[in-house]
Amino acid sequence: MKKFIISMLVSNHFGVLTRISSMFGRRGFNIDSLVVGETEDKRYSRMTITMTGQDQNRDQIIKQLEKLHDVHVVKEMVPESIVSRELILIKVQTNSETRREIMDAVNIFRNTIIDFTPTSLCILVTGESGKLDAFIELMKPYGILELCRTGTVSLDRGTTTIKD
Amino acid sequence: MTGAQIVVETLIEQGTEVVFGYPGGAVLNLYDELYKSRDRIKHVLSAHEQGAAHAGDGYARATGKVGVVFATSGPGATNLVTGIANAYLDSVPVVFITGNVPCSLIGRDSFQEVDITGVTLPVVKHSYFVKDVTKLADTIREAFQIAKSGRPGPVLIDIPKDVQIADCEFENKEILPELSKPRYNDEQIEKALEMIKAARRPYIFVGGGVIIGEAEKEVAELADKLDAPIGTSMMGLSAIPASSHRKLGMVGMHGIYSSTVVKNKADLVIALGCRFSDRATGNRAAYLKNSKIIHIDVDAAEIDKNIGVDLGIVGDVKEVLAKLLCKIESAKHAEWWCEIDKIKEYERENSAKQEGFSPFKIIEKVNEYTEADTPIATDVGQHQMWVAQHYNFETPKTLITSGGLGTMGFGMGAAIGACVATGKRTVLFTGDGSFGMNLNEMATAVSQNLPLVVVLMNNGVLGMVRQWQTMFYQKHYSETTLERKTDYVKLTEAFGGKGFLVDNIDDLDAALKVAFNTDGPTLIDCRIDCDERVLPMIPAGGTVNDLVIN
Repeated sequence: MKKFIISMLVSNHFGVLTRISSMFGRRGFNIDSLVVGETEDKRYSRMTITMTGQDQNRDQIIKQLEKLHDVHVVKEMVPESIVSRELILIKVQTNSETRREIMDAVNIFRNTIIDFTPTSLCILVTGESGKLDAFIELMKPYGILELCRTGTVSLDRGTTTIKD
Repeated sequence: MTGAQIVVETLIEQGTEVVFGYPGGAVLNLYDELYKSRDRIKHVLSAHEQGAAHAGDGYARATGKVGVVFATSGPGATNLVTGIANAYLDSVPVVFITGNVPCSLIGRDSFQEVDITGVTLPVVKHSYFVKDVTKLADTIREAFQIAKSGRPGPVLIDIPKDVQIADCEFENKEILPELSKPRYNDEQIEKALEMIKAARRPYIFVGGGVIIGEAEKEVAELADKLDAPIGTSMMGLSAIPASSHRKLGMVGMHGIYSSTVVKNKADLVIALGCRFSDRATGNRAAYLKNSKIIHIDVDAAEIDKNIGVDLGIVGDVKEVLAKLLCKIESAKHAEWWCEIDKIKEYERENSAKQEGFSPFKIIEKVNEYTEADTPIATDVGQHQMWVAQHYNFETPKTLITSGGLGTMGFGMGAAIGACVATGKRTVLFTGDGSFGMNLNEMATAVSQNLPLVVVLMNNGVLGMVRQWQTMFYQKHYSETTLERKTDYVKLTEAFGGKGFLVDNIDDLDAALKVAFNTDGPTLIDCRIDCDERVLPMIPAGGTVNDLVIN
C-alpha cells in the first residue's frame, strides 16, 4: 500500500464535492484527506485528495475522476517534485510550570502561538504530515484540549502547474 | 418564453420526437406545454414511471438516439430510479427530466419533495438541478451532449416548478458536437498489429460497445482478415449475425459451450467495446491466463478495471478498427479452425437434449415468425438466457435486454419503447416472475395500440433462482414457487389485448399466426416445465473447468 496525492481542478459550484467524494466510496477507495477551495479563477476550485492504495487503485481512481463532467484536470502529485503542507490548530492545557517548556517546543518547531490564556495556548502548526504528527505526540503529555487538522495541499515546484 | 416552453422547444431542437412519462403536480407546466405542442412532439403515457423509464431506455437501445423521460417530483422521480440505474449499467443515452417543488419550498421536506439528484448520484453519467431559468436551455443541450458522447449514459435534469414558470429569452442553437474523448496513440496501434501478426489462435470478443459505436462491419472485416472466430458478451449479441459462420455465440456464465471453450484456448483475444463484467468472466484471477488480450474501448476507465490486459487502446472502436484494418495482412488459421470444429462437434453431441415443449423450441418457433430486424425485448431470468443462447439475432440493436442491472420488470416498458421507436412489430420474451413486476404496462401497449407480441414462458416459479436452489441450495425452494392463480389470457383481455394459452408447438404456431396479424398487443402464455434449466452454466466465480454442459 502506498500513499498518493491527487490534485484536481473542478467546477466551482454546489454538488461537485459530493459527486467526487461519493465516487470514491462507491468504488471502494478510501480518502485519507480532502481539501477543497476556490482558486484565483472563480470558475474553478482546486481539490487535493490523499489516498492509500495500490498503483492499480490510483490509476483506476484517476480515470474515474477524469470521467466526471465537473472535473477538468486531474494530476498525480509526485512527492519528489512538489511542495506540500498541512495545517493544525492545537489547543494545549498550560500552567505556570508547563508554559515555558511548551513555548520552547513551539519555537523549535517554528510554530506560532495564536491565542494565549492563563490556562491554555492555541498553537498554529504548518508543515508536512510528519512534522505535525511529531508535534502532536510532543504535546500529548501536557493535555491536548482540542485539535483541528486540514488535509494536505500541494503544488508543483518551479513554474510547472497542474495544467502542464 | 417560460421555462416549461423552453424545455419543450429545446427538446424539439435536439431532435426529440417522443417523450415517455407520467404527469404530476410539479410538471403541470411542462405537460401544459406538451399539450400545446402535441402536433410537434409525441408523449407516451405509461402506467407507472418505472415503465416510462424503461421505455425511454428501450427507445434509445433500439435506435441509438437519446431517449427522453418525464416524471413529477417525489414518488414520480423515485419511481424512475431503477430505470436510471438500468440505463447507467448498460450505457444507454437517456435524458430524464423531473419536476421539483418550487425553490422556496426546497429543503423543507415539502409535499412530494425529494432530492432526486442526490438519490440518483451514483447511477447517472451526470445530473443537474436547474435553479436559474436563463441556464435551462443550455443545460438541456449539454445533457444531450453528455448522454450520447463517448460511452453513453443517463443524464438527469431536475427543474423546480418556479423555474418552469419563470420567463426568459430563447433562441434555437446548433446541436453541440460530441465531447472529445481520450485517445490512443500510433505506438499502441503498432503494438496491436505486432500482437495480431504473432497470433495463431486469435479470438474476437465483441461487447455492447460495438453496437453503440456502430462498428459491426469493421468487426466482421477484422474477423475475416484474421480468420478468427467471434464470441460476444450478452450486450454484444446482435452485433454479429447468427448466420455468420464465424460467430460462436455468447460467452460467460450461461455462454455457448464452444464459444467459452474456444475463447479459453485462444492465444490472442481482441476485446472490443466490452467491460469484462463478472458474469462474462467468472473467476477473474483465472481468466484468460494463457492468452494475450488487446482491449479496445472508448472508456479509458474500463482498461485494466476488471481484467489486466496486455494492451489497452482507448478510442472509438469503429475508428480504431478502421486504422488497424488498413494495415492488417490477411491470415489463415486452418489448424485453429480444425480445433474449433472439434469443440463444436463435442458440443453438438453433449448438449442437453430438447424434449417436449421446451424453451428452445418456443424460441425457434417465434424465430420463424420474426424478421431480421424485429426488435426482441426480454425481461430477466431463465427466459432471457434462453433467448440469448438460442434466438438468431441478425441485425444490430435488435436485442433489447437488461444486462448490467439485471432488472426483472424491464421488458414491458422496454418493448413499448422499442416498438414506438421503430414502428415495427416487437416481441417481448418474458417469464411469469418478471412479467408480474410491471404487467401494468400492458395498459400502455393497449392505449397506444402497439403491435407487441408477449411470449410468456410460464413455469409457475422464479426459474433462475430456483435453478440455483436446485444446484447449490439442496433444492430448498424458498419462496420461488409462485402458487399464483393468474389467468394470463383473461388478464390480457381485461387490459384490452388478445391472450392465448398454449402448451404445445402446434398451438403456439396457431397463436403466433394470429398474434403476428393483430394490430394491438397480444400475449401467449406458454406453459413450460418448472425444472427446465439454463445450461451450459459456469457457477458464479468459476472457470471454464467448472462448466456444466448437460
